[in-house]
Amino acid sequence: MVLAPNPPMVEDKHLRDEVWNCLATVNDPELDESVTDMGFIDRLEIDKNNEVIIEFRLPTFWCAPNFAFLMANDMREAVEKLSWVPRVIITLTDHCHAEAINNGVHKGLSFSEAFPEQTEANLDELREIFRRKAFKMRQELLLRTLKEIGYKGSELCLLKIDELVAIVSEDHNFSLLRSRYLEVRKEFGGPYGCDKLAFTSDTGEAISSESFVEYLSGLRRVRVNSEFNANMCRSVLKSRYGENKKVATN
Amino acid sequence: MFKTSNGEEIFVIDAHIHLWDARPENQKNVHGAQFINCFHDYHKALSPEEYLWPAEKFQRYGADALYEDLFVNGYDDMAICQPTYLKDFYKEGFNTTEQNALLREKHPDRIILNGAFDPRDEEEGLDYLENLVNTYGIKGVKLYTAEWRGDSKGYKLSDPWSKRYLDKAQKLGIKNIHVHKGPTILPLNRDAFDVADIDDAATDFPELNFIVDHVGLPRLDDFCWIAVQEPNVYGGLAVASAFVHARPRYFAEMMAELLFWVGEDRLLFASDYGIWQPKWLIEKFMEFELPEDLSAETGVNLTLEGKRKILGLNAAKLYGIDVESQMARIEAGEG
Repeated sequence: MVLAPNPPMVEDKHLRDEVWNCLATVNDPELDESVTDMGFIDRLEIDKNNEVIIEFRLPTFWCAPNFAFLMANDMREAVEKLSWVPRVIITLTDHCHAEAINNGVHKGLSFSEAFPEQTEANLDELREIFRRKAFKMRQELLLRTLKEIGYKGSELCLLKIDELVAIVSEDHNFSLLRSRYLEVRKEFGGPYGCDKLAFTSDTGEAISSESFVEYLSGLRRVRVNSEFNANMCRSVLKSRYGENKKVATN
Repeated sequence: MFKTSNGEEIFVIDAHIHLWDARPENQKNVHGAQFINCFHDYHKALSPEEYLWPAEKFQRYGADALYEDLFVNGYDDMAICQPTYLKDFYKEGFNTTEQNALLREKHPDRIILNGAFDPRDEEEGLDYLENLVNTYGIKGVKLYTAEWRGDSKGYKLSDPWSKRYLDKAQKLGIKNIHVHKGPTILPLNRDAFDVADIDDAATDFPELNFIVDHVGLPRLDDFCWIAVQEPNVYGGLAVASAFVHARPRYFAEMMAELLFWVGEDRLLFASDYGIWQPKWLIEKFMEFELPEDLSAETGVNLTLEGKRKILGLNAAKLYGIDVESQMARIEAGEG
């Protein structure tokens, strides 16, 4: 069998992949999982002018409009970074606030402009609350993995960032957890630098080896909640729409 | 009554059931249609295949099916009927206290009837609450803080009118406040599922018990933290317990967290019928054992004694039910 390349399709697939990779960097802030992994993207098209058309949907008609707005905005910004894209049109479907959200995102409004009189301020505070939870979850997953590798709590409390970076492991999952943690460690946990502690509380306090187990319990609570929610969202999304359509081009 | 393979009898109070009418003719608008569709999606997502209902039956199953599913096949000895008015979505309401009262009339030894209030009714609603207590002798209320009402998309328990209602409820002899945290509380830029207002209310009203539906999900972590500090905060297991079939590992992780932070004395089994059926929920829950790795990590266990408390004894305590005499009444009346 001869595999005849089809140039227009190849180009199209290449562009779609670029867009898809941008979308994959956008997280559901509540779940700390990407919108592509969650199956939220329902349609992705690129028209002849290179305008990108994206439709997304959520597990319920009632999903929190603030998070929906954040995701729609983040998706638009992520895809607009591609130099060849003149415009991104994002549409949320089957949602009780779809109209206000779509309108707001198209016009580049802030959340409080999109929902006049229903907000007190913008979404920064909300985003920070959940980003802080993401810090705790990612830290817990990484600490758990390091303990499985053989590190003791007392060692982990004193580990420096450059020492964490230097750990060599063939486990792909470990590298992924580490890079995801270090990304959010730059935002929380106090000053960031080679000689700073890798594992601190979200407010930047050192963890003593005596309180390590207790500290880890607190983190675990956050992680279990989030994993439960992500599972619930996936299950209900599947009930609502059936098996996820393959929008990706992989 | 559930009987173990050793013949031990487990008394069951199902802390959260509904008898609703969501047929198209009762739907007021698109929200009524979407609301029941959303419930149906939850039903389909987590039920074992042989328990799946088609949309028509799910919209209205009726009192006879309820009796059969809960008390004949489902091991429930008693069930707490929680109202959800939703009058902005349904012409006659989704399920009101008055409608549920007919069910209790039919099965007085089986049904615990709860009422409801909405602080946005202000003065008028305080009279309605008093009326509910005088007419039906309710000991609990179900609050749905996310219920839409005109332009309002919900309220918080820390609002001044909420406090007046809780104060009134306490004076009227109501003991149990079941709270559902829902997705659309204003202002919209805040976390709609935030459970912090329960912390405030539980501190201000130490004589009331606050049963947080769905153990605070999707904010289980914050709920656990509040429950550690407030001895009058309980967790209702509706929704959470349905994971025991479709996602047993997540159910196990969640139970380990709940047992660690909240403890077996403050958790209440609930089916959320008709979303899920107690028969399979209870069978799977009784079969369930906490995996060893989680036990080792958290230091907690789920023993038969713990299951007994969660399935019935904790709720019996909250509602002042003497198990032995209640069982005798049920057997004598068989209804």
